[in-house]
Amino acid sequence: MPELLIDGEKYQYEDAHKNLLASALSMGFDLPYFCWHPALDSVGACRQCAVKVYRDENDTRGRIVMACMTALTPGLRASIMDPEAVSFRAGITEWLMVNHPHDCPICDEGGECHLQDMTVMTGHNYRRYRFDKRTHRNQYLGPFVNHEMNRCIQCYRCVRFYRDFAQGSDLDVFGWHDNVYFGRAEDGMLESEFSGNLVEICPTGVFTDKTLKRHYTRKWDLQTAPSVCEHCGLGCNTIQGEHEGILRRRYARYNPNVNGYFICDRGRFGYEYVNSARRIREPMIRGRTASNRAPAAEGAVAVNQMGNTILPSEAAESALEAKDVLARAAELIAGRKVIGIGSPRASVESNFALFSLVGAGRFYQGTPASELKAVRRIHDLLSSGVVPGASTQEAASCDAVLVLGEDVTNSAPRLALSLRQASLRKPEAAAKAEIVGGVQSWDDAALREAVQSERGPFFVATPAWTKLDELDGSPFRGAPDDLARLAFQVAHLVDPKAPAAGGLSAEAARAAERIAAGLRSGAKPLVVSGSSLPLIEAASNVVQALRSGGLDARAVFTVPEANSMGCAMMEGEGIEAAAGAVERGEVETVIVLENDLARRLPRASLAKLLGGRARIVALDHLANATTEKAEVVFPAATVSEGDGTFVNNEGRAQRFVQVFNPRGDVKESWRWLGLIMAEIAPDRRNPWPNLDAIQAQAGAALPQLKALSGIVPGAGFRAVGQRIPRLSHRAASRTAITANVTVHEPPPPVDPDSPLNFSMEGFKGMPPAGLLARYWAPGWNSVQSLNKFQVEVAGILKGGETDRLLFPGLGAARAPSYSTALPPAFAPADGELLLLGARHIYGSEELSNHAEAVAEVAAKPYVAVSRTDASRLGLAHGGSALVRVRGEELALGVVVKDDLPAGLALYPVGLAGEGYLELPAPAKVGPGRVGA
Amino acid sequence: MTTTDEKRPLTRNIRAGAEPPDVSAYEKSAGYEGLRAALKMTPAEVQDCVKKSTLRGRGGAGFPTGVKWSVVPMDPRARSPKYFVVNADEMEPGTMKDRLLLEGDPHQLIEGIVIGAYAVQAARAFIYIRWDYKRAARILEHAIREAYERGYLGNRILGSEFSLELHVHVSNGRYMCGEETGLMNALEGKRATPRNKPPFPQQSGLWGHPTIVNNVETVCNIPHIVRNGPDWFKALSRSEDGGTKIYGVSGRVKNPGLWELPLGTPLRDIIEGEAGGMIDGYGLKGLLPGGGSTDFLTPDHLDVPMDYGSVQKAGSRLGTGTIVVLDDRTCPIGMLISLEVFFARESCGWCTPCREGLPWIARVLTAIEEGRGETRDLDILQFHTKAIRPGNTFCALAPGAIEPLESGLKFYRADFERHISEKRCSYK
Repeated sequence: MPELLIDGEKYQYEDAHKNLLASALSMGFDLPYFCWHPALDSVGACRQCAVKVYRDENDTRGRIVMACMTALTPGLRASIMDPEAVSFRAGITEWLMVNHPHDCPICDEGGECHLQDMTVMTGHNYRRYRFDKRTHRNQYLGPFVNHEMNRCIQCYRCVRFYRDFAQGSDLDVFGWHDNVYFGRAEDGMLESEFSGNLVEICPTGVFTDKTLKRHYTRKWDLQTAPSVCEHCGLGCNTIQGEHEGILRRRYARYNPNVNGYFICDRGRFGYEYVNSARRIREPMIRGRTASNRAPAAEGAVAVNQMGNTILPSEAAESALEAKDVLARAAELIAGRKVIGIGSPRASVESNFALFSLVGAGRFYQGTPASELKAVRRIHDLLSSGVVPGASTQEAASCDAVLVLGEDVTNSAPRLALSLRQASLRKPEAAAKAEIVGGVQSWDDAALREAVQSERGPFFVATPAWTKLDELDGSPFRGAPDDLARLAFQVAHLVDPKAPAAGGLSAEAARAAERIAAGLRSGAKPLVVSGSSLPLIEAASNVVQALRSGGLDARAVFTVPEANSMGCAMMEGEGIEAAAGAVERGEVETVIVLENDLARRLPRASLAKLLGGRARIVALDHLANATTEKAEVVFPAATVSEGDGTFVNNEGRAQRFVQVFNPRGDVKESWRWLGLIMAEIAPDRRNPWPNLDAIQAQAGAALPQLKALSGIVPGAGFRAVGQRIPRLSHRAASRTAITANVTVHEPPPPVDPDSPLNFSMEGFKGMPPAGLLARYWAPGWNSVQSLNKFQVEVAGILKGGETDRLLFPGLGAARAPSYSTALPPAFAPADGELLLLGARHIYGSEELSNHAEAVAEVAAKPYVAVSRTDASRLGLAHGGSALVRVRGEELALGVVVKDDLPAGLALYPVGLAGEGYLELPAPAKVGPGRVGA
Repeated sequence: MTTTDEKRPLTRNIRAGAEPPDVSAYEKSAGYEGLRAALKMTPAEVQDCVKKSTLRGRGGAGFPTGVKWSVVPMDPRARSPKYFVVNADEMEPGTMKDRLLLEGDPHQLIEGIVIGAYAVQAARAFIYIRWDYKRAARILEHAIREAYERGYLGNRILGSEFSLELHVHVSNGRYMCGEETGLMNALEGKRATPRNKPPFPQQSGLWGHPTIVNNVETVCNIPHIVRNGPDWFKALSRSEDGGTKIYGVSGRVKNPGLWELPLGTPLRDIIEGEAGGMIDGYGLKGLLPGGGSTDFLTPDHLDVPMDYGSVQKAGSRLGTGTIVVLDDRTCPIGMLISLEVFFARESCGWCTPCREGLPWIARVLTAIEEGRGETRDLDILQFHTKAIRPGNTFCALAPGAIEPLESGLKFYRADFERHISEKRCSYK
């Protein structure tokens, strides 16, 4: 391994493609920086990471260079501690602080501020600048991100992330010299779905979390735990922070296998549903006033909730009530004809608990059969190894992309960020090869200069415009089945053994040629799909065809919800079958697990299921149409309040760890179900007193769930005999928070499910990677301390695995098994449009719709039609239309979309308060209002 | 070849107050003969000829032009088109030499561009011209039209295989746009922030393609070098680097102006000879030999030959060769303020020392000049002169701004101390 010298000591380095800063940080040095970021690489603007380098052993003077712009060469002699370099770095900080307001005590970044950390690190203390500071006007940037430009130190990281990395256009840098302004041309919501990452990218308090501001807590007072996002099927990793019973914020948790450094804004800001006034906090029996308490108002929390400490009287009261409710539930279940309806947003453990309680054959998947079929097909393709998948992060390394029928930005937002990177891979490789002398991989500005606006092969084939269209010169439009036909033809063109799609339009045939050639030109092409069975089959054919040609082709299939895949791995029919069983009178009691059936069943079926033919026992977080019809309701813990496992779209099982003990008697659904089983069992034995137990049982009962155990160390794990604290070593309030009630410090609650502690006591060192509760290292209080937890910067985490891929991934080469299920071409029926579901990042996901900030920007119902159809049907943009679809009549505002092909119409799915519609479906659309 | 042509090739066609020669007049003065000669040579031969001439860049940095060209990849697989850019964004304080050439003999520049582009096989060329040079831009546009009409530009120039498009781009008017990488960014429509090297513009310049950026005066030399040969060019000079130089003097001299003189003409010949010495009643206190971003020289340096090596040895830089004279009745701090305010304003805001350091310097100097100076202000200025060094900053702007300050602190320290102790400017 090559060596270099830092301050006279020899160090070996592995990755010659890193720069000196990244290497020095990987080796554990504290070298300050601002403009560099491990995901954004180097531009050399801030001059903070200055070090000395020496020509050879005879060179005693050396010269100052920026470590971030210095390539590693064997034998490189560098000094971090050289007095001139040290004093230059202090000088840089002094300059940066010239205009900084020093408002740390009232700044949201205070205590986790990279600028604070670096200032201390460089040793700059006293202000010598005695003139006025420049001031700026701040902007309204929407409900997610707060703007305070006076704090800016002009590191340019915000625009580099927003424009260069996330390819947004509405945040920019304005002005010159010492009057540089980072903002929008005018006030308004940031358009990028990744704007929330600015909160972490910004080294100081210019861009901060506006939702956190509403219930602000310093980092050191947050109780934190590793978690997994519940707002889509990608399973991005998060760190969540709570204080005094209120979930305060959510940050990206680094996972090189999933989301890297970044998450989307729905994932970051959707968490506030956990604090919603609609939360169910106590077990309830309908009709019994004593226990049928209305959910408490938001403001009551601070008064009633004493952090982690449930005071004795309150705990006793809850226990008593729970006992009654459990007894009632047992009455409804024991010896009766019971079915269970699972949920794609409940953990594998909770679904398994229900599966166990009701028994195989009586467990139904909580999703419509069509969705279930699609997810199961994805599962089969991935788990059999027929179609190798790719992680969200790995998708960024693919160099040719076909997006088939998916509006990725809205259905799996974080993936869109990866696809944007993928579009650069080929031009980057070309630039490196074409430019004489080459371009360093980490030299971000040079690489972007060399690439310009070149994009690699990128194809979007969707029914309507998507944000990723901008990466494709001529996106293809068509009905879903026509898109599938297009892709079948692409597969055929790549490998003639794959079935052809005859009778394509000339335009489609040309598009197929173009796509086939483009995908074939990549070394690692990627197909993204997932929204319907024909599209999945088509994507599978394309990937197999490309692989048969020797390319490392991959597929990323999106799935609708956080645990769609995990749930579908268990036996069970779709939700319509459950409704049928109830309608046929075969069911006395239905247990509904974390599932609002109004979002899954058409009105008529819903009425049958909830209409009183069977008793309903519901477990959920928020009051909804299903819990309102339930006789017994158990308050289910959210991902923030409980332990469990989700399996993401790629088949990666990921464990989320309880962050805090919520107010009220809220437990994981699997725990409630265990208590119900204990209530019923003759020996009153709880089948699974903790998570480890239920995971062991799940593995024993269902072999496909065996791999769930031990993804992170179980509850018995101790690091040097100690638990791992959820609270920081600087947590301020624990001993004082209940002092108005009692001066005795109550013992912290015991966590039976994980090795984490609801306390600041415990192991202070490096925990296992999957149990990393926060990024914090000596001298590094900000998120940048993550560097210290990685084996090397931007590499894997120290301390083992964080997740487990359940599917084999890349196996041996195999003969393709092509699908021949070519769907017929779309032919618009006379007088009807094909109504398709449109997903919206804000609005289509159930839980985030109850988060204040997300709700503020959520989509409103509409019907979108093409201009041709609008004029044919007498509809005007902004007018109203009557839509008759699947026996329903909907009055909707009209959106005329020029890009939509004639014969198609769009309707936003999943909006709060809107019922379920199985789409696509033929619809009659005309002017008018309901009843007119 | 006339005597003037022999001695002063660059300004041979320039007459004070007269319109520049049109294409026919230019042709009559052996115009475009350099191009005809070049097209008979291989590009490598043209490069070699320029390299042998020892021509160095006249924009301020003094990099050997032939060496710069020789780095351009000539492999047919290199990215195309390649670009040839003329830097006419003349904004160095005290400098107006390029304007003389632009307004005085536009075809000389165009001919130089075509030869230069041919030498590196660039298919597109730009003249990036300062916003204020409106007359020059107009003259150039007209001359370029003429050149296209006569076949000196466009497809298959003079029947050869070589084609070139030439465009005039009028700058938005920032000092930073004169820094070659900032210029390229500005030309691409981006912020005029500098770029890191490597990759050098010859490797990845405009739009990521191989690019040459040369100063106006540099390019104007090319036709003469090719036409008359490198030895002739070297003989023009009184120094080891070939050619003439357009020197200028501004400030309180009797005859401020611009003169084309052999490279290496001593300062005294320029200031006391061509410029006629100081106006009566004024003494020479110091001078910036090559524009606002060069170190002060003092009357003791008047025998220094104005060439790259000699001026450097004297502690400054030849820069643009346009001398700014400081007389003994003008406050040196006042002069530094106008320079540093300019440089602070012209900072692009990209790197920290320049963005934050220069305005601080300007404020400290203003405070001293206005009688609000403090003793520690000298330490603060010293801190800046030590920290703002080539390599410490991203580009040369801030180190350039430091040159007059650092030398000013050295030569005029007594003035600084007096301002601070007397709390006023003693020149007012």
